[in-house]
Amino acid sequence: MSTTFETGDLVRCTLQGCSCEGTYITTRDGMATVKLTSGYNIGVPEESLSKTGSSEMAEPQEVEIAQDTTLPKISIVSTGGTIASKIDYRTGAVTSQFRATDILNAIPGLASLAEFSAVQLCNILSENMTPAIWQQLARAIYDEIRSGAQGILVTHGTDTMAYSAAAMSFMIKTPVPVVFVGSQRSADRPSSDNVMNGMCAAKTALSDLGEVVVVMHGTTSDDFCAIHRGTRVRKMHTSRRDAFQTIGDGIIGSVTYPSLDVSLSSHAVKRGNCEPRLKDKLEEKCAIIWYYPGMDPALLSAWNGYKGIVLAGTGLGHCGTDMIARIREMAAAGTIFVMTSQCLHGRVCDRVYDTGRDLLGAGVIEGEDMLPEVALVKLMWVLGNTSSLAEARLMMAQNLAGEITRRSSV
Amino acid sequence: MTLDYQKLGLIAGIEIHQQLNTKEKLFCRCPTTIREAEESNGEFFRYLRATKSEMGELDRAAEEEMMQVRQFRYLTYDTTCLVENDEEPPAPLNEEALDIVLTIAKVCGMTPVPEIHTMRKLVIDGSNTSGFQRTALVAMNGTLPGGAGIETVCLEEEAAQRIEDTFFSLDRLGIPLIEITTSPCMHTPEAVQETAAQIGMILRSTGKVKRGLGTIRQDINISIREGARVEIKGVQELDLIAEVVRREVCRQVSLLDIRDELKKRGASVEKNPVDVTSLFTGSKSRVLKSAPKILAIRLNKFAGLVGREIQPGRRLGSEMSDYAKKCGVGGLFHTDELPAYGVTEDEVTNLKKALDATPDDCVIIVADKPQRCQCAMQQIIRRAEMAFEGVPKETRKMLEGGSTAYMRPLPGAARMYPETDVFQVRVTPERFASLEIPEMIDDTIARYMQEFGLAREVARQMAYSERRNAFEEAINSGIKPALAERAFNSTLRELSREGTSVHRIDDEDIKQVLMLINTGEVAKEALSPILTALAEGKTPTEACECAAPKVSEEELASIINRIVAERADFIKERGNAATGPIMGVVMKEVRGSVDGKIVNQILREAISHVLKNT
Repeated sequence: MSTTFETGDLVRCTLQGCSCEGTYITTRDGMATVKLTSGYNIGVPEESLSKTGSSEMAEPQEVEIAQDTTLPKISIVSTGGTIASKIDYRTGAVTSQFRATDILNAIPGLASLAEFSAVQLCNILSENMTPAIWQQLARAIYDEIRSGAQGILVTHGTDTMAYSAAAMSFMIKTPVPVVFVGSQRSADRPSSDNVMNGMCAAKTALSDLGEVVVVMHGTTSDDFCAIHRGTRVRKMHTSRRDAFQTIGDGIIGSVTYPSLDVSLSSHAVKRGNCEPRLKDKLEEKCAIIWYYPGMDPALLSAWNGYKGIVLAGTGLGHCGTDMIARIREMAAAGTIFVMTSQCLHGRVCDRVYDTGRDLLGAGVIEGEDMLPEVALVKLMWVLGNTSSLAEARLMMAQNLAGEITRRSSV
Repeated sequence: MTLDYQKLGLIAGIEIHQQLNTKEKLFCRCPTTIREAEESNGEFFRYLRATKSEMGELDRAAEEEMMQVRQFRYLTYDTTCLVENDEEPPAPLNEEALDIVLTIAKVCGMTPVPEIHTMRKLVIDGSNTSGFQRTALVAMNGTLPGGAGIETVCLEEEAAQRIEDTFFSLDRLGIPLIEITTSPCMHTPEAVQETAAQIGMILRSTGKVKRGLGTIRQDINISIREGARVEIKGVQELDLIAEVVRREVCRQVSLLDIRDELKKRGASVEKNPVDVTSLFTGSKSRVLKSAPKILAIRLNKFAGLVGREIQPGRRLGSEMSDYAKKCGVGGLFHTDELPAYGVTEDEVTNLKKALDATPDDCVIIVADKPQRCQCAMQQIIRRAEMAFEGVPKETRKMLEGGSTAYMRPLPGAARMYPETDVFQVRVTPERFASLEIPEMIDDTIARYMQEFGLAREVARQMAYSERRNAFEEAINSGIKPALAERAFNSTLRELSREGTSVHRIDDEDIKQVLMLINTGEVAKEALSPILTALAEGKTPTEACECAAPKVSEEELASIINRIVAERADFIKERGNAATGPIMGVVMKEVRGSVDGKIVNQILREAISHVLKNT
């Protein structure tokens, strides 16, 4: 920032051959950003500016959206993300907004669907999510369920949304929908997917569902949102609206847009199937290791003392034979190894090739058709909830929250 | 209407938008190729909505576009990518495009912006998948050689091509566009057109802009004293610019007259529309008979003014209709034009009665779904009230012939906010200094006339031609200018008029043919059939062989001897004067394969031989 000018100062800019007037915004690397009366920003050396006055840069007006108290109640638990982001005219950066009002302002149609209350859990970009925040999130969601919410909306950045959704799937037993939603295009643009995702997610939160799900665009068009099970969903594209895909199973429902009709598939878990329950312990000393050809087995030593390691292996669930001795040592010392596949699609089977059989012999557990990240989150939760290694091994091989399918359907 | 523009205080400026002929688009790596809709490989659809500016304001123009929820459909191609689909953040600003814009800025003596910031300009009519157009101010404050001031040049992305209504094609979206804005320094319709022509000449001089209809569009800003600034969008034909200005001045003058007349009459606008649906249940007008709702409004003492022509084909009623259409209705009826369109005199009488309208009043009706009718009525009332102010500030679109229709309010600065996904670009003084200024086409014409001895019109054609560089290269490699001009311009024009697809002919092939002519291997008389053969896809060698088969000296001698023998009587009668006509016969037979000089020489010998023997 500048020591000479303040945001909102009226300035004259004198360049060789011309001069122009505008409003000072900010300075970065010696270049001052000036907003001209035409609306264009330009960058000029700060020395070329002289102050001519100051303008009242009024704070943007916030309009309170009236809520209809006769409507069913939805709790919004916000963690961040672009779903209600706004642009900061000082820095030009997109910032997230977290109050219920902000979200209702960003998506005005919501107010006609439900009465919203909001819990602002944190204000982070989702790449900064931690297991500790998952625990806070689980407690916050549990509290909202207990206090009678018909459904929970969790606004979340999309980068690690699938990890969080998986974590909640294991940590909370829920009789109501817990719906993760975000947007791939920031809310400040007319084409943002936040409105459609938000509306569809709210309708899902009111639906006959009783599990943790992610609701995001189903296609590149604004035609429907897909409802994904929290333990089978993965962000499969860096930028597309329909980045979220259910892997290795069918989606559990969809919401049409703009008509907002929810349809649930037969394998969706229905509302009211259980009493709410919170099991929020996690073992954070867990890791995921992505094997690659030629990987140095000595690298594994970096995870000495870890309680659990998920291997993202090649093909059916392999890593190079050189790795096996070190894995055997660590497993013998008490580390649980779970094998998943970099293929993402399909089931691990370490009984076909010698390498696989040797891995099993070394103590590695087949992770069935679990997604690698889901297996990691599950391992943290399992090891947080049992001290028995035998029980943990058993739990890892069992379906607990839809993360393992019994059959690989065609 | 004859108008004294000076007295009326006409002020006009123009904005020229020209597509740049870069290899890739402005913010992605797609080619800048225009496609046919049939070549599309997919489509998708979206909804757009207005967002508030960073200051919390909603742009008036954007707000009006939001009156209807519209679904926009887009066609994709194998030459478009996720950036056009608004599914991927933009790539860095295309440096090739920036250099072209900076070069034009340099020609106009402008000051480059030290650090260029890309902005988002809200456009929610569907023509941009993102809901905004990316645009950057590149340079400021210049002057045209003719003296007109240039305020700014911007580098923008082209919008998607509208196929119809809410259906767009993505091939055009993202093509780099230069926007040149003049100062409001023109005071006659002709001056506006001349300035536009001059800017067009400068753009073409770079050799780096796209050509053809639709690749250049002019927006005209016009106001007269007491009138208001009106921006007319999308004038494509240069020759129409002066007429558009004349018609707009005429419109503003007429609207001011209507304003004065309304005030004189003590006119006013009712606030509450009346439901008259029941009056038209048995109407012969299909629109009215089948309408779920018909609303009417009385405009007190407006009679005759709503139907008054304000520019060719346009009335105050047309303006109100344009405003109403923003709500999705098809249009309106007003009593100045009724009875007509199946509405009977009795129905008009009943309508006026239902609204207590006197003969001095005008009644306007709209028929559609109830909600649309309500919306349209509010728009009509708003526009009727504006008539007391005279000329509203508006963005308008050109209609065929040069009249205009209302598009949307003039946008404000509230529609601009920073494009945070694109880094700023610094323009160093070294970069600006290193840009080479191209020769202006006006200078090229003069040079062609002086150095190459071309006539003015031919020089002009050649200077504007896409084959200009090849033409100059040919001359540099020793081809005579007159021959090069014929090969690269005149002959191609003749062939094109006859329906030959000359655009298929490659410059290099023409150059090869010219070299063959230069070395005497092919006669220059065969140029036209050779070019025709090239257009048919033949190689230069093939074209020369089939259009001008090689004739050996012996063959030539025998042909000449035969022709001369057949015409011995003619030769005896005319003597040496027979050479000319017989020359024509021989040249026709050898189809230009032999240089005329050689033919002439052998022919003379043969003729003198005949004459000697008599």
